Amino acid sequence: MLRLDCLRSVYSELEDCLVVTIMGAVAAELQSLGHRPNAFYLQHGMGLASSIGLGLALCLPEQRVVVFDGDGSLLMNLGSLTTMARYRPRNLTHVVFDNESLLSVGGFPTATSTGTNLEGMARSAGIPRVVTVRDIGNFQIAVCEPSNRKELTTIVAKVEATGPSGYVTDLSLLENRFQFRRYIQSLKQH
Amino acid sequence: MPVSLANSRLIYEALKECDIRLVSALPETWLVHLIRMADDDPQMTLVRLAKEEEAVGISAGAHFAGVKSAMLMQNHGFLASINGIVSLAQLYKIPLLMLISYRGSFGERDPWQTQGGNVTEAVLRALGIPYFLLDSVETLKKQIRHAQTLAESSLQPVAILLTRDLMWEE
Repeated sequence: MLRLDCLRSVYSELEDCLVVTIMGAVAAELQSLGHRPNAFYLQHGMGLASSIGLGLALCLPEQRVVVFDGDGSLLMNLGSLTTMARYRPRNLTHVVFDNESLLSVGGFPTATSTGTNLEGMARSAGIPRVVTVRDIGNFQIAVCEPSNRKELTTIVAKVEATGPSGYVTDLSLLENRFQFRRYIQSLKQH
Repeated sequence: MPVSLANSRLIYEALKECDIRLVSALPETWLVHLIRMADDDPQMTLVRLAKEEEAVGISAGAHFAGVKSAMLMQNHGFLASINGIVSLAQLYKIPLLMLISYRGSFGERDPWQTQGGNVTEAVLRALGIPYFLLDSVETLKKQIRHAQTLAESSLQPVAILLTRDLMWEE
């Protein structure tokens, strides 16, 4: 399963969500499908995408928030699973693209390649709904399923360790940041 | 417990007067009253963390959502958050109001706190983070308001070091 195909399968669904991604391939691939102002790409601060999503979800309980995390990033901030589980905002969907690799920095294998099970870790942390998916159909169902909008969900998507040839796009970090906040403020005025 | 309840209350009132609506915290002795006040306040969202660096992300999310937030942590928690501060908050110009208990400075009896006390201000200076020591009850509310104002106007992290004189009653 390719991460880009996963993103493409839910791209239209994401239009009315707030989207937070990690750096590297995830950010570049989502932008390759077309940047929209409801997406924030955390191009550094590794591990903190899920924490940003938690802050958004707690402050905007009526707004669905989707985080696209990765195995390397989540392994750097495993405590975030326990903090998300503690407050379990119903409007937060936490997707983890697990390619068993630190792809963006040269493809070094992460601990999920040697047996660490992120689904098990998320479940044991107390995330109320956790699934692992290995094909596009099930990925799309997991992200779009209405029941997943009713409680905090972690979706571990096993994907291939391949990505785009480069990661720098023409969207500057600060442009993205200010546009994202302005988009959220415009939602609150409606 | 010799942590000052009265001064903790003043600090909490100052945060409320700044319209802080979300507080993230990792427990530490000097912060117990502040955390309890946030927990008891139905208008405040309290996020109890596993590690302080998470708070940088949570405050960023709150900022995007238009909610003012504050971070309560020990100076060792600040030291544990540095990458998040640099490569999220400073990189993306996110305001952070960090209230940091200044352990390991003059008067410290716990040997394990002392090394962090030695380096806290030097690290804040190295990171270019505006900070001051909060030790006066008389000016406390104004100082906290000024710190919050600067964080919001400059879109950057600012730090308030909570001192032993303020937080601890011998």
